[in-house]
Amino acid sequence: MAAAPISITLDQIFLLLRDWLVGFLPAGVRPAAGAVLGVIAIVCVFPGLFALTTVFERKGLGRMQNRLGPNRVGPFGFFQPIADGIKALTKEDVIPFRADAAVHFLAPLVLVVAVFMGFAVLPMGRNMVLVDMDAGLLFFFAMGASTELSVFMAGWSSRNKYSILGAMRAVGQMISYEVPLLLSSVSVVMITGSLSLTKIVAAQNQYTGIFPHWYVFTPWGFAAFLMFAIAATAETNRTPFDLPEGESELVAGYFTEYSGFKFALFFLGEYLGMFSISGLGATLFLGGWSAPLSFLSVVPSWIWFFAKVMAAIFVFIWMRGTLPRLRQDQLMNFAWKFVLPFTLLNLVVTALWRFMGEGWARWVVCTAILAGAYVLMGRIEMRRKHFGPRSYRYAE
Amino acid sequence: MLGEGILKGMLETAKNFAGSFVSEERLTTVEYPEQRIPTIENTRVFPFLVYDGPDWQAGMRCVACQICEKECPPKCIYIEKSKDKKPDFVGKMQIYPARFDIDVSVCMSCQICVEVCPFEAIKMDTQFELATDDRFGDLLLDRHELAKSNEYYHSIHPAEAAEVDARLAHEKAVAEAKARAAAEKAAADAAAKAAAAKPEMPAVGGR
Amino acid sequence: MSFVFYLIAALTLAGGLAAVLLRNTVHCALALTVAFAGLALLFLGLDAQFAGFAQILIYIGAVAILVVFAILLTRSSETAQEGVFSKSWFAGLVIAAGVFAVLGWAVLAGARALPLVAAAPTVTVQDIGNALVGRYVLPLEIVALLLTAATIGAVIVALHEKERTR
Repeated sequence: MAAAPISITLDQIFLLLRDWLVGFLPAGVRPAAGAVLGVIAIVCVFPGLFALTTVFERKGLGRMQNRLGPNRVGPFGFFQPIADGIKALTKEDVIPFRADAAVHFLAPLVLVVAVFMGFAVLPMGRNMVLVDMDAGLLFFFAMGASTELSVFMAGWSSRNKYSILGAMRAVGQMISYEVPLLLSSVSVVMITGSLSLTKIVAAQNQYTGIFPHWYVFTPWGFAAFLMFAIAATAETNRTPFDLPEGESELVAGYFTEYSGFKFALFFLGEYLGMFSISGLGATLFLGGWSAPLSFLSVVPSWIWFFAKVMAAIFVFIWMRGTLPRLRQDQLMNFAWKFVLPFTLLNLVVTALWRFMGEGWARWVVCTAILAGAYVLMGRIEMRRKHFGPRSYRYAE
Repeated sequence: MLGEGILKGMLETAKNFAGSFVSEERLTTVEYPEQRIPTIENTRVFPFLVYDGPDWQAGMRCVACQICEKECPPKCIYIEKSKDKKPDFVGKMQIYPARFDIDVSVCMSCQICVEVCPFEAIKMDTQFELATDDRFGDLLLDRHELAKSNEYYHSIHPAEAAEVDARLAHEKAVAEAKARAAAEKAAADAAAKAAAAKPEMPAVGGR
Repeated sequence: MSFVFYLIAALTLAGGLAAVLLRNTVHCALALTVAFAGLALLFLGLDAQFAGFAQILIYIGAVAILVVFAILLTRSSETAQEGVFSKSWFAGLVIAAGVFAVLGWAVLAGARALPLVAAAPTVTVQDIGNALVGRYVLPLEIVALLLTAATIGAVIVALHEKERTR
């Protein structure tokens, strides 16, 4: 009996801390001050996580290539991000002579602000959500769509062919993969019957025996999760979908002409995008802050949320260490000819799941349809694959 | 099946990731400033000037022929000829470079200067730790900074240096033999002349 | 409340005016985005979350990007040298004034029919969804048909070009 209060205290520690701090203020401004504290927490925690992730990514990539990775600054190289930050801050801020100075300046700001907004609706623990919106998922995607514009602004205002090529690629890719991203999330909305992310987590926070009711453990949820993961990788411009940045061909793509702190802002925005999309994936399919096994609920909920986010980040890094970059036509073909039809089929399967009612029959039917479609589409894709010289329509 | 190759690749990198923690043999790199990999025989970074003997100025092989200066693709070599002459390794009087600068910030390590040099005077160095805080002055090496002894050349490129030494020794021997032959011939000529001159002195004088 | 409203309204109007008056076409498109964002904020100010976020998602996320793409792909991104007004500005003014008059009349006429202090209706996203697939299912299906036709048309256009070049 004594253990329960402590675990609950730990679970709600940040909320208690907030209430304690806000308690010093007059009653009138308390809600506003609480919201401000929440914003400050998000603005502090995620860039901190970003700093940690950069060093973990470099070390992890090194290990995957049988190297040690950075290990000079501080113990095991963990102060590397501090050194990088100082470098970024003290570097010269170069603005190209022909650049559109105002748009060039605004682009990184728009990106970082839009990405930060997405965190507002993510439930990071029990009761730990900044704004519990009825249309939380829609808000998240609306903010995600706004980042496209900043990418375009950056690419266009730089007056550099690499930047504009990178921006065009990025925007084309983001639009193409936003469709499957939305449609795979819609299947979750269909089952939960709500766009509110807290309700989606609450629906998954139930247990049969010791096993949780996460959506990823259902046939349609698993398929949707895979498609979501693919689309999320493309949406955050990570390998193997990193064509917009392609270091070897576009010299960083749309932020080629950025240096110093603005470059750091782009870098930050990119990683924050990874965090937010991982958080959304965890919320939609991996039960958000709920524990993986019922008896593990003693561990504070926010630990589970961040553990899931970091696990997703590790998979991102793992893929970056493994896969080569796709070609532009492969990327588009994959989006429109494989991922999109499969998510559409998955929507039908989800509806089937919804209306077949409880029982083992729906498991068998849904799994059979999805697995059959996967194998069939895989066969068709593989059969159509023809190797040979490419023809360039405009280059001949 | 679709996606199979991706899983295989992921497994491979996962093996590397875990394996690099447990087995040292997997690591392909070394911790550079503390650990170093010995350089291979043909390592080349920037050129240097070889001199024989203890004094770098007296023993400098370069004769300021300026072939390297003309051949250098990025034009990083600057040579000024001397007004006076000094003896080379054979003993022949040659001009020498009064000024010989190489801008290593421009040099692209192509080794063309080494290949065109007829006097084995310029060779490639293996020294690569040239970091400096003055990017103009300190990266422009003058002839004193460029001059390295033949022993140093032997220490960095032993096989090549031995070959060069053999060739030079052969050239010197040939030159000496030629000189000796010339001297002998001159002596013989002189002797013959002297021998011939004595009896025919009047004849000569009478001509 | 009203101060916030005037601020957002000013932002929206400024964005719209800039979209019409700026010389650089890409700047116009970006200014148009500001106007879209202002509209979305107005919706949010009216507690219409769904409409507001849908406005951002569709108008900023898709329409603005489409406009920008069109500008870039048609080589009209160069700054106009002469004036920004077209020759038929007077006709445009007349049409704009006409549309404004009709809309204003409709809004004013509708406002007169409503009680002065109406209780704000609480519309959840679920209600909107139910209305869409319930009462308004026919318009929804017609829109879907139209969009499908447009998509097929786009595919056909793309196919045609491919065949011609081969």
